[in-house]
Amino acid sequence: MTKPYRGREELPAKTSDKTKGGIYPMKKVLVTAVAGLMAAAPAMADLVFPSLSYRTGPYAAGGIPFADGYADYFTLLNERDGGIGGVPTKLLECETGYNTEKGVECYESTKGEGALVYQPLSTGITYQLIPKTTADGIPMHTMGYGRTSAANGKVFSHTFNYPGTYWNGASGAINYLLEENGGDLKGHKIALVYHNSAYGKEPIRTLEELQKKHGFELSLLPVDHPGQEQKSQWLQIRREKPDTVLMWGWGVMNQVAVQEAANIRFPMENFIGIWWSGAEHDVLSAGDKANGYKALTFHNVGRDFPVFDDIQKYVVDTGKAAGAGDQIGNVLYNRGMYAAMLAAEAAKIAQEIHGTKDITAAMMRDGMEALEITEEKMTALGMPNFGPAFSVSCENHGGTGLVGVTQWDASSKTWSLISDFKPTDMEVIGKLIAEDSGSYASENNIEERCN
Amino acid sequence: MPEQLVFAMEVFLNGLMAGVLYALVALGFVLIYKASGIFNFAQGVMALFAAMTLVGIQNGQVPFSHLINAMFGAHVTHFGWNIPSVVSLLLTVGVMILLAWCIQRFVFRHLVGQEPIILFMATIGLAYFLEGFADLMWGSEIKTLDFCLAGSACLPQGINVAIDEATYNLFGYGFFIDNLDITATVVAILLVIALVAFSQYTKHGRAMRAVADDHQAALSVGISLNFIWVLVWSVAGFVALVAGIMWGAKSGVQFSLSLIALKALPVLMLGGFTSIPGAIVGGLIIGVGEKLFEFWVGPLVGGATENWFAYVLALVFLVFRPQGLFGEKIIERV
Repeated sequence: MTKPYRGREELPAKTSDKTKGGIYPMKKVLVTAVAGLMAAAPAMADLVFPSLSYRTGPYAAGGIPFADGYADYFTLLNERDGGIGGVPTKLLECETGYNTEKGVECYESTKGEGALVYQPLSTGITYQLIPKTTADGIPMHTMGYGRTSAANGKVFSHTFNYPGTYWNGASGAINYLLEENGGDLKGHKIALVYHNSAYGKEPIRTLEELQKKHGFELSLLPVDHPGQEQKSQWLQIRREKPDTVLMWGWGVMNQVAVQEAANIRFPMENFIGIWWSGAEHDVLSAGDKANGYKALTFHNVGRDFPVFDDIQKYVVDTGKAAGAGDQIGNVLYNRGMYAAMLAAEAAKIAQEIHGTKDITAAMMRDGMEALEITEEKMTALGMPNFGPAFSVSCENHGGTGLVGVTQWDASSKTWSLISDFKPTDMEVIGKLIAEDSGSYASENNIEERCN
Repeated sequence: MPEQLVFAMEVFLNGLMAGVLYALVALGFVLIYKASGIFNFAQGVMALFAAMTLVGIQNGQVPFSHLINAMFGAHVTHFGWNIPSVVSLLLTVGVMILLAWCIQRFVFRHLVGQEPIILFMATIGLAYFLEGFADLMWGSEIKTLDFCLAGSACLPQGINVAIDEATYNLFGYGFFIDNLDITATVVAILLVIALVAFSQYTKHGRAMRAVADDHQAALSVGISLNFIWVLVWSVAGFVALVAGIMWGAKSGVQFSLSLIALKALPVLMLGGFTSIPGAIVGGLIIGVGEKLFEFWVGPLVGGATENWFAYVLALVFLVFRPQGLFGEKIIERV
């Protein structure tokens, strides 16, 4: 260990003999200058990224791969690149159990550690943290969950939900159905099976607006938490014979829904889940009957990307992986890794904007607002065609809202991306975002920014 | 026949089947409450633990592998073999008996003579301990349950074609009845017959009933309370295993299995805490009631009525019969 510099008294005694010879004054100047510099420049601290994870409780099966992906990417940056801009990253993991109270406790206990950006990984925690993070000046990234209208950066100064929101998801599903049905959905019957919670109800308003525009029939089938018993809903689906079933589920609700759909012999290719209903564990328990089930996505699937080779080499093979290393390429692992990459890229931009490697949460927010993800950048990062190209601005915290579709192959037990990342109906969504964020702003006396 | 009536008949039958699954969970509660006066909050978690143990043994999973790997830097996950379902079932029963012994030896033996609320609180602690212990032992990922008796004779799932065709010929609409639900019904009937036969015609069964009637009197004739309680917890563990298999086959074996206890509470309120037939009849009434209510009233109030309606139905019964339909009326001298 290097002995710390203690000041003048540690200088070699013999130098004092040469005070008159001209050498010492020069040395003295240099030493003083170095000491002064050391005193003036603060110690380079780690870049702190809290991870509000849930490795226990009813949703652990989904929480673990996400948390592993998030952690492993930061470990990769440390091991391969020496951190971000040469500054090591530090992951602060805090277990929430997907419980809102615990999530808020995690936030309170970690925010003083120099946290740059929070990933609350829960819509409930997100709603609680929006006012807190805004007051504390710490940005929050709610990627593909949380409050959709937070995409309006004029109102939600510290909340970001790029590259896509639930409303993009709803519109993406309808656009996909339009494509599949020759651009006409008149008379098409769509049933929405949703978790009876704020999360599950998110797409309803958008779907109702799109229903007016495209003329499809929409029926709503709520499922109470946790969703272990869904017989009534699937009997209703069997009676009413919708053409398409959309699902906004999470946890055990997903597995039971896929099983029940298989039981009533609903055509799996007409069953589309949101991205939180489209992981491997959602379909594996239904076996071969789940073949053909589809899910929306805002990132690619599988492990055929150079970045995973690096993770294997620098993180897993060196025994530094957050998990056993067997989750690489799984949908939720990829999502966690993608979230970490977006945070790291925003941190890089923040370092560039402010000309310092040692960034603060305020600088990180600036970096997130200037984030631009291009295919060239993704390719350079070892993630070609891994996610959509998008940019963020002060006004737009939601990105471009491009949505893709994946499909499950039960024989190979893999998901495949079966469409490009395509635009969603921003005309409808933009109006809804303006409406919802506007009422939030007036309720909370928030003055619009970015003017 | 009017279309709505035909649909209602299908809903009614599915309600009966769902009721059997609820009753399977409720049975475990009844057994322990009847014998020891303990309301076992951990019954749902026991179902989870039993199902996880079954799948873990079946798949040759190394127990506590995460812990072993973290402590010793090893990379062990599986032994590399698969064990037939029946053998796994027997081994799991052994584990549940061991668990019952541990619960009795390390928890309830030290709480003899305590107030019922203390015993109840102890079961809450037990539930949380078992949740964590099961995660640590077998991992928290979702496990697929493939339970096969021999060769391809596995737990059937999906529509029963014979019923579908028969009802189609009768009503012009084929009823959906899940093969798994039919299997669960048969298993539940066999289980109840076995439990009744055990308690009526075996020495230990009679001793169990004697303990349930009066602890002091049972002690005075030489019945070992410790043994009987281990026996009761073991039987409840076996019932939890059966419930875990049936529910786990639907959704995969995962943490949420522990929440099925929530479905048993209204059944117990309605059927009574001390009656095995009460658990069955209560389960059927709750199952049919909630499904029919959802069918007729659900669409008018936005759906998702089943969870709360089950409790409302149980409360209505409680108003008229506080001890439940089959519960023992408590008469105390003042």
